[in-house]
Amino acid sequence: MKQERDYIEDLAEIRSMMERTSKFLSLSGWAGILVGLYALAAAYVAKIMLGFNPDEVMYSLPVKGNSSNIFVIATGLLFVALCTALFFSYYTARKRGEKAWNATSRRMLINMGVPLVVGGFFILIMFLKGATGLMMPLSLIFYGLALFNAAKFTYGEVRIMGFVYMASGLLSVYFLEYSLLLWAFGFGVVHIIYGLYMHFKYER
Amino acid sequence: MKVSIDGLNKAFESRIRLGIMSALAVNDSLDFNSLKEFLDVTDGNLASHLKALEKEGFVQVEKSFIGRKPNTNYTVTALGLRAFQAHLAVLEQLILKNKNAK
Repeated sequence: MKQERDYIEDLAEIRSMMERTSKFLSLSGWAGILVGLYALAAAYVAKIMLGFNPDEVMYSLPVKGNSSNIFVIATGLLFVALCTALFFSYYTARKRGEKAWNATSRRMLINMGVPLVVGGFFILIMFLKGATGLMMPLSLIFYGLALFNAAKFTYGEVRIMGFVYMASGLLSVYFLEYSLLLWAFGFGVVHIIYGLYMHFKYER
Repeated sequence: MKVSIDGLNKAFESRIRLGIMSALAVNDSLDFNSLKEFLDVTDGNLASHLKALEKEGFVQVEKSFIGRKPNTNYTVTALGLRAFQAHLAVLEQLILKNKNAK
Protein backbone atom coordinates (compact mmCIF):
# COMPACT_ATOMS: atom_id res chain seq x y z
CA MET A 1 0.00 0.00 0.00
CA LYS A 2 1.15 3.47 -0.74
CA GLN A 3 2.38 5.89 1.88
CA GLU A 4 0.72 9.19 2.71
CA ARG A 5 3.69 11.00 1.20
CA ASP A 6 2.93 9.28 -2.09
CA TYR A 7 -0.63 10.59 -2.11
CA ILE A 8 0.56 14.11 -1.50
CA GLU A 9 3.11 13.75 -4.27
CA ASP A 10 0.44 12.38 -6.59
CA LEU A 11 -1.73 15.41 -5.96
CA ALA A 12 1.18 17.81 -6.43
CA GLU A 13 2.04 16.14 -9.72
CA ILE A 14 -1.57 16.36 -10.93
CA ARG A 15 -1.75 20.02 -10.05
CA SER A 16 1.50 20.89 -11.74
CA MET A 17 0.59 18.93 -14.86
CA MET A 18 -2.79 20.66 -15.13
CA GLU A 19 -1.14 24.06 -14.87
CA ARG A 20 1.76 23.30 -17.17
CA THR A 21 -0.42 21.89 -19.93
CA SER A 22 -3.02 24.65 -19.91
CA LYS A 23 -0.97 27.79 -19.31
CA PHE A 24 2.14 29.24 -20.89
CA LEU A 25 4.22 30.45 -17.97
CA SER A 26 7.49 31.38 -19.65
CA LEU A 27 6.72 35.08 -19.92
CA SER A 28 9.56 37.19 -18.64
CA GLY A 29 9.30 40.36 -16.59
CA TRP A 30 12.46 41.66 -18.27
CA ALA A 31 10.74 41.66 -21.65
CA GLY A 32 7.97 43.86 -20.21
CA ILE A 33 10.46 46.31 -18.72
CA LEU A 34 12.49 46.60 -21.94
CA VAL A 35 9.44 46.90 -24.21
CA GLY A 36 8.11 49.64 -21.92
CA LEU A 37 11.39 51.55 -22.23
CA TYR A 38 11.35 51.24 -26.03
CA ALA A 39 7.79 52.58 -26.13
CA LEU A 40 8.69 55.57 -23.96
CA ALA A 41 11.67 56.32 -26.21
CA ALA A 42 9.52 56.02 -29.34
CA ALA A 43 6.86 58.34 -27.90
CA TYR A 44 9.56 60.85 -26.99
CA VAL A 45 11.09 60.78 -30.48
CA ALA A 46 7.68 61.10 -32.12
CA LYS A 47 6.63 64.08 -30.01
CA ILE A 48 9.82 66.07 -29.47
CA MET A 49 11.76 65.32 -32.64
CA LEU A 50 8.95 64.88 -35.15
CA GLY A 51 6.31 67.08 -33.54
CA PHE A 52 3.77 64.27 -33.64
CA ASN A 53 0.88 65.03 -31.30
CA PRO A 54 -2.54 64.15 -32.73
CA ASP A 55 -5.48 66.17 -31.38
CA GLU A 56 -8.21 65.34 -33.89
CA VAL A 57 -9.33 62.29 -35.83
CA MET A 58 -8.25 63.61 -39.24
CA TYR A 59 -4.92 64.79 -37.90
CA SER A 60 -2.44 65.81 -40.58
CA LEU A 61 1.03 64.53 -39.84
CA PRO A 62 3.60 67.22 -38.98
CA VAL A 63 5.63 68.58 -41.86
CA LYS A 64 8.78 68.43 -39.77
CA GLY A 65 10.83 65.74 -41.48
CA ASN A 66 9.03 63.15 -43.53
CA SER A 67 5.51 61.95 -42.75
CA SER A 68 6.64 58.34 -43.23
CA ASN A 69 9.00 58.76 -40.24
CA ILE A 70 6.11 58.00 -37.88
CA PHE A 71 5.42 54.85 -39.83
CA VAL A 72 9.08 53.81 -39.64
CA ILE A 73 9.13 54.37 -35.88
CA ALA A 74 5.89 52.42 -35.37
CA THR A 75 6.94 49.37 -37.39
CA GLY A 76 10.47 49.49 -36.00
CA LEU A 77 9.10 49.55 -32.45
CA LEU A 78 6.77 46.64 -33.18
CA PHE A 79 9.62 44.59 -34.64
CA VAL A 80 12.10 45.24 -31.81
CA ALA A 81 9.40 44.65 -29.17
CA LEU A 82 8.41 41.32 -30.75
CA CYS A 83 12.03 40.16 -30.95
CA THR A 84 12.58 41.09 -27.29
CA ALA A 85 9.47 39.24 -26.13
CA LEU A 86 10.33 36.15 -28.17
CA PHE A 87 13.95 36.12 -27.02
CA PHE A 88 13.09 36.36 -23.33
CA SER A 89 10.32 33.77 -23.60
CA TYR A 90 12.69 31.37 -25.30
CA TYR A 91 15.30 31.98 -22.62
CA THR A 92 12.82 31.65 -19.73
CA ALA A 93 11.32 28.47 -21.17
CA ARG A 94 14.78 26.93 -21.45
CA LYS A 95 15.55 27.84 -17.86
CA ARG A 96 12.31 26.13 -16.79
CA GLY A 97 13.33 23.07 -18.79
CA GLU A 98 10.45 23.48 -21.23
CA LYS A 99 10.20 24.22 -24.90
CA ALA A 100 9.08 27.73 -25.83
CA TRP A 101 7.17 26.42 -28.82
CA ASN A 102 4.67 23.94 -27.38
CA ALA A 103 0.93 23.34 -27.28
CA THR A 104 0.31 26.05 -24.66
CA SER A 105 2.44 28.77 -26.26
CA ARG A 106 0.82 28.07 -29.63
CA ARG A 107 -2.63 28.43 -28.11
CA MET A 108 -1.71 31.62 -26.30
CA LEU A 109 -0.18 33.16 -29.43
CA ILE A 110 -3.20 32.32 -31.61
CA ASN A 111 -5.57 33.83 -29.07
CA MET A 112 -3.42 36.92 -28.79
CA GLY A 113 -2.63 37.11 -32.49
CA VAL A 114 -6.15 37.23 -33.91
CA PRO A 115 -7.23 40.52 -32.27
CA LEU A 116 -3.77 41.97 -32.91
CA VAL A 117 -3.73 41.19 -36.63
CA VAL A 118 -7.29 42.44 -37.14
CA GLY A 119 -6.42 45.58 -35.17
CA GLY A 120 -3.22 46.01 -37.16
CA PHE A 121 -5.11 46.01 -40.45
CA PHE A 122 -7.73 48.35 -39.03
CA ILE A 123 -5.05 50.80 -37.94
CA LEU A 124 -3.32 50.57 -41.31
CA ILE A 125 -6.58 51.35 -43.12
CA MET A 126 -7.24 54.32 -40.81
CA PHE A 127 -3.72 55.55 -41.54
CA LEU A 128 -4.27 55.28 -45.31
CA LYS A 129 -7.62 57.07 -45.02
CA GLY A 130 -5.96 59.91 -43.14
CA ALA A 131 -7.57 59.22 -39.76
CA THR A 132 -4.14 59.22 -38.13
CA GLY A 133 -5.58 60.52 -34.89
CA LEU A 134 -7.19 57.13 -34.28
CA MET A 135 -4.01 55.10 -34.61
CA MET A 136 -2.94 55.37 -31.00
CA PRO A 137 -6.32 54.81 -29.32
CA LEU A 138 -6.96 51.83 -31.59
CA SER A 139 -3.58 50.27 -30.85
CA LEU A 140 -4.35 50.54 -27.12
CA ILE A 141 -7.82 49.03 -27.48
CA PHE A 142 -6.82 46.10 -29.68
CA TYR A 143 -3.75 45.33 -27.59
CA GLY A 144 -6.01 45.30 -24.52
CA LEU A 145 -8.40 42.89 -26.22
CA ALA A 146 -5.50 40.68 -27.26
CA LEU A 147 -4.16 40.55 -23.69
CA PHE A 148 -7.61 39.86 -22.27
CA ASN A 149 -7.95 36.94 -24.66
CA ALA A 150 -4.43 35.61 -24.09
CA ALA A 151 -4.81 35.77 -20.30
CA LYS A 152 -6.83 32.54 -20.28
CA PHE A 153 -3.67 30.73 -21.30
CA THR A 154 -1.06 32.40 -19.10
CA TYR A 155 -0.70 34.32 -15.82
CA GLY A 156 -3.99 35.83 -14.62
CA GLU A 157 -2.32 39.25 -14.14
CA VAL A 158 -2.32 39.67 -17.92
CA ARG A 159 -6.11 40.03 -17.83
CA ILE A 160 -5.88 43.05 -15.51
CA MET A 161 -3.32 44.58 -17.84
CA GLY A 162 -5.76 44.03 -20.71
CA PHE A 163 -8.43 46.04 -18.89
CA VAL A 164 -5.99 48.88 -18.22
CA TYR A 165 -5.17 49.08 -21.94
CA MET A 166 -8.80 49.01 -23.03
CA ALA A 167 -9.66 51.77 -20.54
CA SER A 168 -6.71 53.92 -21.66
CA GLY A 169 -7.72 53.36 -25.28
CA LEU A 170 -11.30 54.46 -24.72
CA LEU A 171 -10.19 57.48 -22.68
CA SER A 172 -7.78 58.49 -25.42
CA VAL A 173 -10.49 58.48 -28.11
CA TYR A 174 -12.53 60.85 -25.99
CA PHE A 175 -9.58 63.05 -25.01
CA LEU A 176 -7.76 62.84 -28.31
CA GLU A 177 -5.38 65.66 -27.42
CA TYR A 178 -3.96 63.45 -24.66
CA SER A 179 -3.77 60.32 -26.80
CA LEU A 180 0.02 60.33 -27.14
CA LEU A 181 0.37 60.75 -23.39
CA LEU A 182 -2.08 57.91 -22.73
CA TRP A 183 -0.29 55.78 -25.33
CA ALA A 184 3.04 56.40 -23.56
CA PHE A 185 1.39 55.58 -20.24
CA GLY A 186 -0.06 52.32 -21.63
CA PHE A 187 2.73 50.89 -23.71
CA GLY A 188 5.48 52.46 -21.62
CA VAL A 189 4.57 52.76 -17.95
CA VAL A 190 2.12 49.84 -17.73
CA HIS A 191 4.59 47.46 -19.41
CA ILE A 192 7.33 48.51 -17.01
CA ILE A 193 5.10 48.14 -13.93
CA TYR A 194 3.92 44.74 -15.15
CA GLY A 195 7.51 43.68 -15.89
CA LEU A 196 8.75 44.70 -12.44
CA TYR A 197 5.79 42.99 -10.76
CA MET A 198 6.29 39.74 -12.68
CA HIS A 199 10.02 39.80 -12.13
CA PHE A 200 9.75 40.20 -8.37
CA LYS A 201 6.83 37.81 -8.02
CA TYR A 202 7.93 34.91 -10.22
CA GLU A 203 11.57 35.22 -11.22
CA ARG A 204 13.49 35.84 -8.05
CA MET B 1 -12.93 -1.53 -12.94
CA LYS B 2 -10.27 -2.78 -10.57
CA VAL B 3 -10.01 -1.00 -7.28
CA SER B 4 -7.30 -1.58 -4.68
CA ILE B 5 -7.97 -1.97 -0.95
CA ASP B 6 -7.60 1.72 -0.22
CA GLY B 7 -10.26 2.58 -2.79
CA LEU B 8 -7.87 3.87 -5.41
CA ASN B 9 -8.40 3.00 -9.05
CA LYS B 10 -5.72 0.59 -10.25
CA ALA B 11 -5.66 2.21 -13.66
CA PHE B 12 -4.16 5.34 -12.10
CA GLU B 13 -1.42 3.65 -10.10
CA SER B 14 1.30 4.93 -12.40
CA ARG B 15 2.36 8.57 -12.20
CA ILE B 16 2.56 8.73 -15.97
CA ARG B 17 -1.08 7.72 -16.32
CA LEU B 18 -2.03 10.30 -13.70
CA GLY B 19 -0.07 12.86 -15.69
CA ILE B 20 -1.84 11.92 -18.92
CA MET B 21 -5.25 12.19 -17.26
CA SER B 22 -4.38 15.57 -15.66
CA ALA B 23 -3.21 16.97 -18.97
CA LEU B 24 -6.26 15.72 -20.86
CA ALA B 25 -8.64 16.88 -18.13
CA VAL B 26 -7.77 20.53 -18.75
CA ASN B 27 -7.35 20.36 -22.54
CA ASP B 28 -9.94 19.74 -25.24
CA SER B 29 -7.48 17.38 -26.90
CA LEU B 30 -3.74 16.84 -27.12
CA ASP B 31 -1.64 15.11 -29.75
CA PHE B 32 0.90 12.41 -29.03
CA ASN B 33 3.94 14.67 -29.39
CA SER B 34 2.60 17.36 -27.06
CA LEU B 35 1.84 14.73 -24.43
CA LYS B 36 5.30 13.28 -24.85
CA GLU B 37 6.88 16.69 -24.37
CA PHE B 38 4.83 17.55 -21.28
CA LEU B 39 5.44 14.20 -19.59
CA ASP B 40 9.05 13.82 -20.71
CA VAL B 41 8.79 10.10 -21.50
CA THR B 42 9.79 7.86 -24.39
CA ASP B 43 7.47 7.02 -27.30
CA GLY B 44 7.06 3.39 -26.29
CA ASN B 45 6.42 4.16 -22.65
CA LEU B 46 3.78 6.78 -23.44
CA ALA B 47 2.13 4.57 -26.07
CA SER B 48 1.75 1.65 -23.67
CA HIS B 49 0.22 3.81 -20.96
CA LEU B 50 -2.14 5.43 -23.44
CA LYS B 51 -3.14 2.01 -24.71
CA ALA B 52 -3.97 0.91 -21.16
CA LEU B 53 -6.12 4.00 -20.57
CA GLU B 54 -7.81 3.48 -23.91
CA LYS B 55 -8.63 -0.10 -22.97
CA GLU B 56 -10.32 1.12 -19.79
CA GLY B 57 -12.37 3.48 -21.95
CA PHE B 58 -10.86 6.53 -20.24
CA VAL B 59 -9.32 8.13 -23.32
CA GLN B 60 -10.44 8.33 -26.90
CA VAL B 61 -8.08 8.20 -29.84
CA GLU B 62 -8.57 9.99 -33.12
CA LYS B 63 -6.16 9.42 -35.96
CA SER B 64 -5.87 11.89 -38.79
CA PHE B 65 -3.36 13.34 -41.21
CA ILE B 66 -1.82 16.79 -41.23
CA GLY B 67 -0.61 16.96 -44.81
CA ARG B 68 1.08 13.61 -45.12
CA LYS B 69 2.12 13.24 -41.51
CA PRO B 70 -0.07 11.05 -39.34
CA ASN B 71 -1.39 12.79 -36.26
CA THR B 72 -2.91 11.08 -33.24
CA ASN B 73 -5.16 13.10 -30.98
CA TYR B 74 -6.26 12.07 -27.53
CA THR B 75 -9.31 13.26 -25.62
CA VAL B 76 -10.61 12.20 -22.23
CA THR B 77 -13.99 10.44 -22.20
CA ALA B 78 -16.83 11.27 -19.82
CA LEU B 79 -16.18 7.96 -18.09
CA GLY B 80 -12.48 8.79 -17.79
CA LEU B 81 -13.19 12.20 -16.33
CA ARG B 82 -15.56 10.72 -13.73
CA ALA B 83 -13.02 8.05 -12.76
CA PHE B 84 -10.28 10.66 -12.51
CA GLN B 85 -12.39 12.95 -10.32
CA ALA B 86 -13.32 10.01 -8.09
CA HIS B 87 -9.63 9.16 -7.82
CA LEU B 88 -8.84 12.73 -6.78
CA ALA B 89 -11.57 12.64 -4.13
CA VAL B 90 -10.17 9.39 -2.69
CA LEU B 91 -6.64 10.81 -2.65
CA GLU B 92 -7.85 13.86 -0.75
CA GLN B 93 -9.74 11.75 1.75
CA LEU B 94 -6.78 9.46 2.37
CA ILE B 95 -4.59 12.44 3.10
CA LEU B 96 -7.20 13.94 5.41
CA LYS B 97 -7.70 10.65 7.25
CA ASN B 98 -3.96 10.26 7.77
CA LYS B 99 -3.74 13.80 9.08
CA ASN B 100 -6.55 13.26 11.57
CA ALA B 101 -5.17 9.90 12.72
CA LYS B 102 -1.94 11.54 13.81
